[in-house]
Amino acid sequence: MHKIALIFRREYTTRVQKKSFIILTLLMPILMSAMFILPAYFATMDDEQARTIAVYDGSAIFLGRLENSEFTKFKFIPEEEYLKLKDDIKNSSYYALLVVAPNFLTTNTIQVISVSNIPFDLKSQIKDKIQNVIEKDKMAEVVRQTAIPDLEQRIEATRTHINIDTIKLGEGGEAKKSSTEIGMVLGYIFGFMIYMFIFIYGGMVMQGVMEEKQSRIVEVIISSVKPFQLMMGKIVGIALVGLTQFAIWVFLGFAIISATKSFYPATSQSQQVQNVMAQSQDAMQQAAPQMDKMQEIFSMVDTINFPLIIGCFLFFFIGGYLLYSSMFAAVGSAIDTQEDAQQFMLPIMLPIILSIMVMMSAIKSPEGPVAFWFSMIPFTSPVVMMARIPFGVPVWQLALSMFLLVITFVGMVWVAGKVYRTGILMYGKKPSWKEIGKWLMYKS
Amino acid sequence: MELFSAKEVSKSYANHQALTKVSISVDEGTIFGLLGPNGAGKTTLIRIINQITAPDSGSVWLNGQPLKADDVYKIGYLPEERGLYKKMKVGEQALYLGQLKGLSRRDAMKELKIWFEKFEITAWWDKKVMELSKGMQQKVQFICTVLHKPKLLIFDEPFSGFDPINADIITREILQMKKEGSTIIFSTHNMESVEQLCDNIALIDKSKKILDGPTQQIREQYKSNIYDITYHGDFDIQSHDLARKYNIISNELNGKMNKLSIQYLDGSNSRELIKDLVEHVEIISFNEVIPSMNEVFIKVVKQNA
Repeated sequence: MHKIALIFRREYTTRVQKKSFIILTLLMPILMSAMFILPAYFATMDDEQARTIAVYDGSAIFLGRLENSEFTKFKFIPEEEYLKLKDDIKNSSYYALLVVAPNFLTTNTIQVISVSNIPFDLKSQIKDKIQNVIEKDKMAEVVRQTAIPDLEQRIEATRTHINIDTIKLGEGGEAKKSSTEIGMVLGYIFGFMIYMFIFIYGGMVMQGVMEEKQSRIVEVIISSVKPFQLMMGKIVGIALVGLTQFAIWVFLGFAIISATKSFYPATSQSQQVQNVMAQSQDAMQQAAPQMDKMQEIFSMVDTINFPLIIGCFLFFFIGGYLLYSSMFAAVGSAIDTQEDAQQFMLPIMLPIILSIMVMMSAIKSPEGPVAFWFSMIPFTSPVVMMARIPFGVPVWQLALSMFLLVITFVGMVWVAGKVYRTGILMYGKKPSWKEIGKWLMYKS
Repeated sequence: MELFSAKEVSKSYANHQALTKVSISVDEGTIFGLLGPNGAGKTTLIRIINQITAPDSGSVWLNGQPLKADDVYKIGYLPEERGLYKKMKVGEQALYLGQLKGLSRRDAMKELKIWFEKFEITAWWDKKVMELSKGMQQKVQFICTVLHKPKLLIFDEPFSGFDPINADIITREILQMKKEGSTIIFSTHNMESVEQLCDNIALIDKSKKILDGPTQQIREQYKSNIYDITYHGDFDIQSHDLARKYNIISNELNGKMNKLSIQYLDGSNSRELIKDLVEHVEIISFNEVIPSMNEVFIKVVKQNA
C-alpha cells in the first residue's frame, strides 16, 4: 500500500502542478460562464437608437395610425416625396422607408427599404404595429356584421394558458413535484460530464502509460513495485486529478451562477417559480388538507435530490472511469507509438460514443426500453444512467446497474493488469488482438 | 559465502525458450559477469532476479532464503534500456525512485546530497531531465540505482552512453562498492571490462549456461599452448625441421629482436619447446599466451553453434 501511495502521489502532484492544468481549470468556467453571461448582459442593453422612418401609405389604411414609440418615429410622406426619396434614402434624414402598396389587403405584404440591415427588434416592432391595425379593423368589421358589441372581449376570454404541474408518486406513495425541464437539463449536464471526464482522464492514463514505456523508465520502476501497483497508482492518482478539477469547477460554478443571476433581471427564473407556487396554492386552497404535505414535498425536493444526484455522479464517474481507464492503460502498455493507438482506441471509444447518443434519447424517454437496457450495460451505464437519475430511477434498477458496473470494472482491471504487465516490457512489434489475448494466459 | 543463487531456472514464452535449467551462484563481495550473445536469455534471468517476471520452474535464492517480495529493497537494478521521466526535475525524481526502493524521504535526501556532491552535479537538482545530456542522465540513473545501498547490484551494460572519463569514474565507483561489501552482477558485451572487473563469470547461449567459473581460471582453461618468444640470433624457423614439429603462427625477423609466435602440438610441452629453441637462438623472453575473454567468448559461442 505504501508504494501505491507513493506512485499515486507522484501522478497526482506532477499533474496538478502543471501550468496547463491550472490554466485549463480556471479558464474553463470563465469560458463557460462567458457563454451565459455575455448574452444575458447584451440582452439587458436595449436598442436605444432614435430612428425616424418615412412611411408611404398607398393603401391609406394606416395614415396616422402607427404610434411612435420612444425611439422610433413614423412620418407619413406624400407620393411626390416618396418618389424622390425612394432612390435616395442614404442622403435623407430617414433611417428607412416603409412602403405600403395600394393592394396591401390582398398581398398582406409591406416593404421596408433601407441602406443598412434593419435590426431584428425594429423589424418585429413594425410588424406588430401593422398587424395590430389590421386585426383591429377586421375585428371591427366582424363586430359590425354580427352585431355582438362585446365580441372582442368574449374572444379574448377564450384564450387560455395551461400550466402542467408534474407530480410524481414516490416509492412510499408520497407525492413529489418534479420538473421535466430541470430533469432534462440536469440529465444532460451530468451525462455529458461523465462522458467528458472519461475521455479526458482515460486518455491521460493512456498517455502516462505510454510515456513510461517510451522513456523506458518502466523497467526501473517495476523492479521496485509490481506492475499492477504501478497501473493502479496511476489510475487512482489521475482519478483524483479529475475529482479535484470537478470540485474546483463546482465551487467556481456556484460563484459564477450567483454572479450570472445578478445580470439577469429578477423576473425570469424567480418569477416563474413564484407563478408555480401561486398556482399550486390555488389548487391547495381547494384541497386544504394536503397543504402541509405539499410544503413538505417542496422541502424534500430541495434537500434530498441533489445529494443523491451528486452521490450517483461520483459513483458512476469513478466506476465508468475505472472501467475505461483500465482499458486505456492496457492499450497504452501494448503499443509503442501514438500512431499504433488508433486500431485499439476505436473499439474502446465506440461504446462510449454510443452511450452519448443513447443519452440524447434517454433524457426524452427516461423510462423507455432503450434507456433501461443501456443504463444496465456497464459500458454505457455511467453516461445513460446519469441522464436518467434526475427523473427518478427505481432503486432496484439503480442497484443492479451499480452492481453490474462494479463487477465489470473489477474484471476489467484484472484483465488490464495482465495485459499491462506483459505489454510494458514488449518493444518493437505492434501487437495484434490475438497476441494480446495470449498475454492474458501468461503466468506472471 | 554465497549471497545469491539461481537453481535450475527455466522460463519459456509463447514461442521461444528463454532459459533452460540455468544455475548460477554469486559469492558475497564479488563481481559476477553475466555474459552471452544478444537474445541468449540474460535479460530474462535479470528480470527474474528482480521479480519482474517469475520462472516457470527452478528457484532463486538470496542470503540462503528463497527470494521474496521485500527483497526488491535489497537489490539495485540498472537496466540496459533505461530512462527517466523527462519532464520531472532531477532531484525530485531521484527522491521518488529512492523512496520506491524503501528509503524514507529524509534518508533519500541525505544520501542524494552525498552522491550529488561526489559527482559534482549539485547544480542539476532543479533541472528537468530533458535538459540534461545523455551522459548526465546516465549519471543520475546510476545514482538512483545505488542510492539505497543494496546488497545486490545488477548492472546491465553500465558503461553505455558514458565517455571514457565518466566510464572510468563509474568503474572506480563499482570497485569501491565491491570493497565496501556489495555484490555485483554485471552484464556486458565489453569483454575488456569483464577481465578488469569480474571475479567470476557465467556464459549463457541459446537459453543454456555453457560456461562458468572464475575469470582467470577460464582464461587459463582456454589457453592453447601458444607462446610468444623474443630472441636474438639469425634463425629462420620456417626453413628448419622444427617447422614440422611445431605450429608456427608468426615469425618476424628484423635483425636484433626477432619475434616468434609458436604452438606446440599435443604430446609435447613447454620444456621441450625451450630445449629445441635454445639450441639455435638466445631467448630473451618467453611468454605463454593467455586468451582474452573476447577470444574465449567467440570460441565458446562458435563451438556451441
